[in-house]
Amino acid sequence: MTYQEKKSIISLISTILIFGTYCLYMYPRHPEGELVSLATFRYWGLFVLNLMLFSIVAHIIISILFNIFFRITTGEKEPKFADELDKLIELKANRNSFFVFIVGFLLAMGSLVVSQPSQAMFIILIISGFTSDVTGSVTKLYHYRKGV
Amino acid sequence: MGTNLVGNNIRRLRFDHNEMTQQQLADKAGVTRQTIVALEKGNYSPSLELAFRIALAFNLPLEEVFFYGKNTKK
Repeated sequence: MTYQEKKSIISLISTILIFGTYCLYMYPRHPEGELVSLATFRYWGLFVLNLMLFSIVAHIIISILFNIFFRITTGEKEPKFADELDKLIELKANRNSFFVFIVGFLLAMGSLVVSQPSQAMFIILIISGFTSDVTGSVTKLYHYRKGV
Repeated sequence: MGTNLVGNNIRRLRFDHNEMTQQQLADKAGVTRQTIVALEKGNYSPSLELAFRIALAFNLPLEEVFFYGKNTKK
């Protein structure tokens, strides 16, 4: 298995772990009481912003650890640049990822149209963000293994 | 992914060139080893520029490295 394939798998696992851990951490902190209140909106705003921050930091740390582990176990250096195949796969992964997010975004807006609580919109948006991230990683793994 | 009709003789040519490694060819062609792996497996059709760079790495004309459709040469 090559560096890029291993990296895609690590990215997929870390995305799931980071999201799962963060949700478990934030779930008990949900404010009690009304569904539509300032505290609830503040909670969801913080949820999204902190998730982004936490996710970026965790991905950087995991990536550094993976590169060190890869060098030690294989004796190879990780590629320092992205060639035409990498760029093509990246484009396909981004396309699929954006598609999934846009579907989620439309569903989130649709939930408001059918008079669902604002909480449902936030949950759909967050889940679509997570799903789009997973879709990107799965697309990369698929194309690195099966070709373009 | 099944529709790739551009084939190549890279694996054989590497062997003929003092058993050149995939990494050595990748360095000469300016790509990653993953791309050479994908090319040898027939999972990727390179750009024209990359095809020329690989042919140049072997010091051969393009048509001796790449072919369209099924290869009849052995």
